[in-house]
Amino acid sequence: MAFLYLLIVLAPLAGAIGAGFFSARLGRVGAHRMTILGVGISCALSLAVLAGFIWGDLKVFNDSIYTWMIADGIRFEIGFLVDRLTALMMATVTFVSFMVHIYTIGYMADDEHNWPQGSLAGKHSYQRFFSYISLFTFSMLMLVMSNNFIQLFFGWEAVGLVSYLLIGFWATRESAVYANLKAFLVNRVGDFGFILGIAAVGMYFNSMNYSEVFAQAPQFADTQVAILGGVSLMTLICILLFIGAMGKSAQVPLHVWLPDSMEGPTPISALIHAATMVTAGIFMVARMSPLYELSTTALSFVLIIGAVTAFFMGLIGLVQNDIKRVVAYSTLSQLGYMVAALGASAYAAGIFHLMTHAFFKALLFLAAGSVIIAMHHDQDIRNMGGLWKKMPITWLTALVGSLALIAFPGFSGFFSKDAIIEAVGHSQVFGAHFAWILLTVGALVTALYSFRMYYLVFHGKPRMDEHTRSHLHETPWVVTGPLIALAIPSIFIGWFTVEPLLVSNWLGDAIHVAHEHDSLHALAEHWHGQMAFIEHGMHGWPFLLAMSGLGLATLIWWFGVKLMPNLDALLQRAGGPLTRILQDKYGFDDFNQRVFAGGGLGLGRLFWNAGDQVLIDGAVVNGSARSVGRLAGQVRWLQSGLLYHYAMAMIVGLVGLLTLYVVF
Amino acid sequence: MPFETAFLATVLPELILLATACAVLVLDLYLNDEQRGWNHNLAILGLAATLGTVGLLSNNGVTIAFSGSFIRDPFGDLLKGIILILTIFTFVYSRDYMRERGLWVGEYHVLVLFATLGMLIMVSAHSFLTLYLGLELLALCLYPLVAFDRDSKPGAEAAMKYFVLGALGSGMLLYGISMLYGATGSFGFADVAEVVNAEGLENKILVFGLVFVLIGVAFKFGAVPFHMWLPDVYQGAPMPVVLFLASAPKIAAFAMATRILIDSLGALQADWGEILMILAILSIGLGNVVAIAQTNIKRMLAYSTISHVGFIFLGLLAGTQEGYAAAMFYTVVYALMAAGAFGVLAMISINGLEVEQLDDLKGLNDRDAWLAAMLALMMFSMAGVPPAVGFFAKLLVLDAVVSVGLTWLAVVAVVFSIIGAFYYLRVIKLLYFDKAADSTPLRLAGDAKIAITVNGLAVLLLGIFPASLLGICNAAFSG
Repeated sequence: MAFLYLLIVLAPLAGAIGAGFFSARLGRVGAHRMTILGVGISCALSLAVLAGFIWGDLKVFNDSIYTWMIADGIRFEIGFLVDRLTALMMATVTFVSFMVHIYTIGYMADDEHNWPQGSLAGKHSYQRFFSYISLFTFSMLMLVMSNNFIQLFFGWEAVGLVSYLLIGFWATRESAVYANLKAFLVNRVGDFGFILGIAAVGMYFNSMNYSEVFAQAPQFADTQVAILGGVSLMTLICILLFIGAMGKSAQVPLHVWLPDSMEGPTPISALIHAATMVTAGIFMVARMSPLYELSTTALSFVLIIGAVTAFFMGLIGLVQNDIKRVVAYSTLSQLGYMVAALGASAYAAGIFHLMTHAFFKALLFLAAGSVIIAMHHDQDIRNMGGLWKKMPITWLTALVGSLALIAFPGFSGFFSKDAIIEAVGHSQVFGAHFAWILLTVGALVTALYSFRMYYLVFHGKPRMDEHTRSHLHETPWVVTGPLIALAIPSIFIGWFTVEPLLVSNWLGDAIHVAHEHDSLHALAEHWHGQMAFIEHGMHGWPFLLAMSGLGLATLIWWFGVKLMPNLDALLQRAGGPLTRILQDKYGFDDFNQRVFAGGGLGLGRLFWNAGDQVLIDGAVVNGSARSVGRLAGQVRWLQSGLLYHYAMAMIVGLVGLLTLYVVF
Repeated sequence: MPFETAFLATVLPELILLATACAVLVLDLYLNDEQRGWNHNLAILGLAATLGTVGLLSNNGVTIAFSGSFIRDPFGDLLKGIILILTIFTFVYSRDYMRERGLWVGEYHVLVLFATLGMLIMVSAHSFLTLYLGLELLALCLYPLVAFDRDSKPGAEAAMKYFVLGALGSGMLLYGISMLYGATGSFGFADVAEVVNAEGLENKILVFGLVFVLIGVAFKFGAVPFHMWLPDVYQGAPMPVVLFLASAPKIAAFAMATRILIDSLGALQADWGEILMILAILSIGLGNVVAIAQTNIKRMLAYSTISHVGFIFLGLLAGTQEGYAAAMFYTVVYALMAAGAFGVLAMISINGLEVEQLDDLKGLNDRDAWLAAMLALMMFSMAGVPPAVGFFAKLLVLDAVVSVGLTWLAVVAVVFSIIGAFYYLRVIKLLYFDKAADSTPLRLAGDAKIAITVNGLAVLLLGIFPASLLGICNAAFSG
């Protein structure tokens, strides 16, 4: 089995290396064939592994492949832990990645136009792009398949790096470079917490291996650490690790990079910033459930952060006009739902929503990308409208995605989101009630912004200029194919997977829930099949709010806009200060820019002037460089080239050493 | 001395190499100038056969032959294997250089092969006499090799210096051996060890012997203050000879140091450890500082060698099994890096260009990107930048020193290697950021390119997967 798992991981890497290093030799077709083949192998095998867990009796694999080094008794290893949770993630990641690979052929087909004439960076950009997305798949697989913290950290950093490379893919655009730097720096803040958490694990558990750590964890449940006036060790570790997750999964206040990351090409937004990388944090917390279950404080923290993200980020989505940004804020909000599920100890529901979301969000992004291609890379929804006639496949698939997103009964998102809200309602940790209110009202917000975008893009009067309108047509099959392939699971996957995941505990030992935290218990107890679940859901608040949101959106942005074309702008103006707060994204960006960036700049300038120029450059570096240079010059003179000097040096050395020995 | 036929099986690799050298010597008489390639092919074939035999005879046990003067053990097998591989690399890298200058004659191959034979004997020596035989065979081949370009004045001068200083070094070694003999009544390492264990430093003659022998070792390595020959020899000798001189003999010198210091004088570790500490600090300090002032790349690398020798001594002076393994790891890695770096220099010294000055490397990236990348990799590795293996080598040595409580020594070594990073990185700057005077692409032989790629990948992969080589090194000292 080790060989099989190794193959799953390495096939995309081989593709990435091939397309990256031999781009000129392979050419465009060779590069995309090679990477698609690599990811295809990986995807097929991952699906086979998943099938083995579902229908066969595949054993959990937990073994180390290679020992990198041993330091102070801690083994640094490369190893795989493949259980049902991992298999589910592997299948999701590779499937979405495979779809995105195919879609990219269409999206990047004329990428030369995105670069300035003769730009060196634009050379072989097509191949490079494929190389990056394959490299991303490799990194993500390393992350989810890891059986130890070191490899987890490797994958964690590697996906961060690839994300950085891809957000700034169009490196000649200033906004792209700004965005990728921002993403990198914000993630660095999160990663700092993450590595501190790993260090704490290493310090107390003396091991990096998951199973060893998890086995020891209960012994440390009552350990206190003498920092900040004494906190519980488990709380400290869990919150530190979660800070890492907040960076990667874009939770408030480390969410600021995600909307800006939309500067990257759309396939990347779909792959990395919707379906896979941002879910790394969710996966990590679920994987660490044996640790989180030991700290109610950490769970409460996770729950509140998640709920706040879910509600307030959704609100911002209402005032965005860039099609990709609307989807980006919706991603933030949905990630909040997943995190809230984790905080309520409903790990299975979090993972369930992660999976359904991966499909419908990738679908929405790719549909947005399809619209963008048709609109000649204009992304402003105010310039769209009435696209449904020209782009029927994109239109229908986008409708499917939107319905799944707002949790329309029967669609995949309905099952997962309803389960989360239900679980949070049953949770007993501090702040659960508050979180439940936010998440429930969030359902209304979700419906509003989703259908605002949907109606403005696909219905109403066309608002684009004459030239664009005359060229509007459906995108090629490499674009629409993945749309259809993603639309199918977006509708049905929830129906088929809700029972095993949430009710019959299919994940088994992969996650661990303490009895007193088991918030999915009630759902499992009253389970009478999917139909009953839907019926039950239709009596709940989330459903009522979502439907009223859908109705309201239809009223305003379909009928209303038909009568008054500038209604959207008017509404935004009517919002007054509220709109402004939302458009300012609650001031996070300004705050960061002023306090952290500005403060950092000021501090840097101070150090540069006082420390660097005067002290280091003046005294230390140039001073020591001068003295080293002088010394070197002098010692060099010793090397006179004269034989008897050399012999003399040897004799002096001999006498010196002998004296040292005989005398002392 | 009773002779058994079974002994011959133990020295089979050496016999094959001897036969190859003789065969090349004879064959060369019957070749005209167009057919010199046969020498080359035969030499490489012989080396490969020797390598294969070393591998075949290798096992975990220890065989002692010829009344305790010859030993075959896993430690020796590994070092011999690496010496043979490096010699093959040397032949492959140097072919075009030597052919272009009319130096690609049978004697070159014969001398290198005999030198290699000398090294193998050194590695397998189990008595001072055998060791000295191997050492002299090696040295006597190296002197003419340094002066191989007979018309080159610097070459002749360098060879002269090397010869005189080498004689002095050998004299000291021999003097030390005679004193050890006087104190213990034996040449055999095992017998000497027995007496040393019993008497320790009480015996003053032993102390004198120890110091003299150590100086012999330090001279072979080129540790300060017995390093004076090194820069001049590197500068004067033809590039392929420097390539050979800088790589394989360092491994033989390490074997010699291990056999003498650990196998036979192990009981005196505390004492020779101190001498090595002095030599190590001097070497690391002087090597790194003076290298900065060099404009000649060969001299620069000579000083870099001196500083690396200091690092090898750091591992030895720790006196622990980890320390010895770290030193061995460092030596092997250093030899690989030196072979790669000088290999690139030899490969680009064609079409009338003789790479001497640092400026000759300007813009190599435009002429051959792959070679430039390989040279840059070697420089990164020598400077100790991860993930190249040089980083791990340094880390292991420093770890060994820290774990015996000599943290200050590790700090000194780190500070000097930071200073040293400057001149390695300067090479990279020249390779990539400066414009070449002549940017015509290089045309290189395929086998040399393959060799440099293997060499470079070894440096990179050993850095990512250091456990493989480290495991072997640890095993060599745990037995």
